[in-house]
Amino acid sequence: MTRLLPLALLAGLVALPLALGANPYLLNALIVTGILTIGAMSLNLLLGFTGQLSLGHIAFFGIGAYVSALTSLGFDVELGFGLRAVHEPWPPVVGFLLATVAAGACGYLIGRLSFRVRGAYFVIVTISFAEVVRLVALNWVELTQGPLALTNIPAFTLGLPGLGFWTLKSKLQNYYLVLAVGTLCYLLIARLVHSRFGRAMRGLKENESLALSVGINATRTLTVAAVISAAMAGAAGSLYAHYLRIIDPDVFLFATTVTMVIMVVAGGKGTLMGPVVGGLIFGLLPVALRPVMAPEAQWIVYGLVLIVILFVLPRGIVPGMAARLGRRPARSAPVLEASPAVPQ
Amino acid sequence: MSAILSVDHVGVRFGGLVAIADLHFDVREGEIVSLIGPNGAGKTTAFNVMTGFLKPSQGEVRFRGTSLKGLAPHAITRLGLARTFQRTSVFPDDTVFDNVMIGLHQVGGRLGRAPVLDALLGRAGAGERQLRARAAALLDWVGLSGRMHEKAGALAYGEQRLVGVALALATEPAMLLLDEPVSGMNASETRVFVRLIRQVRERGITILLVEHDMPMVMEVSDRIVVLNYGRLIAEGPPDRIRNDPAVIEAYLGQGSSARQAAKSAHGSAREPVHA
Amino acid sequence: MDELIQHLVNALILGGTYALLGIGLTLIFGIMNVVNFTHGALYTVGAYVMYLTVAALGLNFFLALPVAILGGLVLGAVIEVALLRPFRGSDIDTTMLVMIGAGIILQSGTLWTFGGVAKAIPSPFPEAPLQIGMVSVSWLRLFVLGAALALIALTYALINRTKLGLAMRAAFQDSDTAALMGVDVRRIYTATFALGSSLAAAAGALLGPVYVVFPQMGGLAELKAFAIVILGGLGNVTGAAIGGFILALAEELGAGYVSSGYRDAMGFLIIIAVLLCRPTGLFAKAERIG
Repeated sequence: MTRLLPLALLAGLVALPLALGANPYLLNALIVTGILTIGAMSLNLLLGFTGQLSLGHIAFFGIGAYVSALTSLGFDVELGFGLRAVHEPWPPVVGFLLATVAAGACGYLIGRLSFRVRGAYFVIVTISFAEVVRLVALNWVELTQGPLALTNIPAFTLGLPGLGFWTLKSKLQNYYLVLAVGTLCYLLIARLVHSRFGRAMRGLKENESLALSVGINATRTLTVAAVISAAMAGAAGSLYAHYLRIIDPDVFLFATTVTMVIMVVAGGKGTLMGPVVGGLIFGLLPVALRPVMAPEAQWIVYGLVLIVILFVLPRGIVPGMAARLGRRPARSAPVLEASPAVPQ
Repeated sequence: MSAILSVDHVGVRFGGLVAIADLHFDVREGEIVSLIGPNGAGKTTAFNVMTGFLKPSQGEVRFRGTSLKGLAPHAITRLGLARTFQRTSVFPDDTVFDNVMIGLHQVGGRLGRAPVLDALLGRAGAGERQLRARAAALLDWVGLSGRMHEKAGALAYGEQRLVGVALALATEPAMLLLDEPVSGMNASETRVFVRLIRQVRERGITILLVEHDMPMVMEVSDRIVVLNYGRLIAEGPPDRIRNDPAVIEAYLGQGSSARQAAKSAHGSAREPVHA
Repeated sequence: MDELIQHLVNALILGGTYALLGIGLTLIFGIMNVVNFTHGALYTVGAYVMYLTVAALGLNFFLALPVAILGGLVLGAVIEVALLRPFRGSDIDTTMLVMIGAGIILQSGTLWTFGGVAKAIPSPFPEAPLQIGMVSVSWLRLFVLGAALALIALTYALINRTKLGLAMRAAFQDSDTAALMGVDVRRIYTATFALGSSLAAAAGALLGPVYVVFPQMGGLAELKAFAIVILGGLGNVTGAAIGGFILALAEELGAGYVSSGYRDAMGFLIIIAVLLCRPTGLFAKAERIG
């Protein structure tokens, strides 16, 4: 049952554009929602599975977007001390890979930090990190164009030498690209969560002293989680840059982190499907609200819905629904399925 | 037999407060040793030092000849020294079975060389099956098979202690430190637990125990180490400790509950409660 | 040299309002264990109440300030009773998210009501600044400093000299024990949140006339307040006051001697540096382990 639900959702998402026809507005909303949902899934790895509330997650997303854009646009920057960095444009796919690596590297730094400072301090350090990165993007005009934005970012090109290449210019192509990357991320996280590494994360979250006492290395586990989480957010950022084809320092806005946090918390932190369900609801809520109210009012509804969900379903929609239907949340179900018969 | 654990002139101070002053004793391989003393004597602090949760202000602990100085808790566990906790002994939101799976962290590490990569590439299949079999066997051994699919946090207190022991055993230790394992257990549960401790020892695992249940301590220990106000005041086999004037003084000097404990320690000499 | 003195004077003036922001936030954290993500929105609200009373209603500038502070006080009390009281006993992450939701509502509400165009609050002070040697300070900024210092002193008096303050300090030490001693902890929480909110509103009302008023002004102010509170150690009122001045100094010197674009980055760099060296903040006592 718990395995059928994600599959059914995937099938629905694959078929959705066929049902919608060529509605560019809806497709655009779906693509952006999909990208943010990937961000939310990556955030969930930290927030849900290790219990570290990173409110600077957008930094990894933005770093991914900028690294990918700059890799594919090229740059020529004076570094001071007579040094100059010149880079010729590379294909967007390389940018995607570099974005993942660069964001992962930043995740490594934050992960190391998270062991030193916890709780409210960690929250504020991560916010600060994101703000510093945003201000660098805003002020290092020679590299990033600052508020003028990086424009003409090339669209994704997929293919293999000898087989031919496709440039993903249409919305429909981008939709399926995002869906593919999102599915891949989901599968990776599912693998990870059900592995020994996933158990170490859960152990640390539930009872840290006990986890240490059974030989779990906290620093290493949290760092690896942060690296993977950041790398995924960076990948999402890269998708964003090559889809919109223009980015400015506003990709680092705190509000976007908040959106991702809402998606995770509303959907159900620490569950696999939570961020997907939360992502779809909160990503598409503006679409539903747009005909009836102004954008500012939409945000008010956003805030209200967040508070109501925290009040009514404090653990999130997915675990709440699962409990209501008398089932266990998706997280532990596969473990149960595979456990051996009780030896008598 | 040689010493497996040496506490070598260890002292712990919190600011001006002396929690442990110059503690010095050995535990030999295969022994069951109890660390007793009135409340606040420094027993749990001593455990925290031995397992790397606290850094001693002076002295050091050696385990199988290796100094534990500066080692993190997880690194000490990897050397084969495991512990249980006084209060929170489980991962509350996971099932009992998953608790033990988390506890098998190290064993899992031995089965796969690059665990994160294995997990991402889905290479962990065979190793996982082995781990599950092991977890089931461990639960069977401590007598929790029937509870395996229940949430650990929802178990009765005594059962949670057993989960804690299973978690410690899952690390395949050479020595086990048990912090008040039978507190919250009724008489029959305690009896079962004593049997379990003996079985653990038969498997070649040395045991150091902190416990307030004097009859149980007197019955199960080969040797007893007594602390008071952070100092070692007596050391020896149960019979000698039971009649040691310094020990009696330490317990009588305390409140009535401690006096009770001392009394029952004497009582157990006449009528062995746990067979 | 003159330039340095000018920077120090500017830092002193800015530091007063920063200290107000920080004290409000740290009080709420220290007593209620809530990371208040409405702090920035309350700062914005304070500025808009000031704008409304002065520019729209034509009320006296000096009367408008207490009105703005009162507005923050009332709004804070409403938020506490409506949103925090039902979540008492939830973990810190949950209340943090509730506050994020409330912050979104307040900020979007301001944007909806007043529109996105920045507004200026007319000030009754002369345009010409006060000149002392090469250093110049506008009269308005001097008033802002004076008012901020007066409010800080008032807050200290409230905490240290009144029965309410005594109860707040008791709740800060240990809310369960305080409740046993007959302190109405629920009322103390409401009072604390209202007080913290009014300080945020005061900071907004004071800085509003110096700069301009716009709906997103609270975002950066909030992040700065976090920086100040981290500097001072979470829950440490005096630490927050000092932290406010340190942050202002760092910003002024950073803007003056490094690059004005990175003015706002200074606080965050300081946070990261402080937490790497002293994870509990500059003025927090070292915690006991175990």
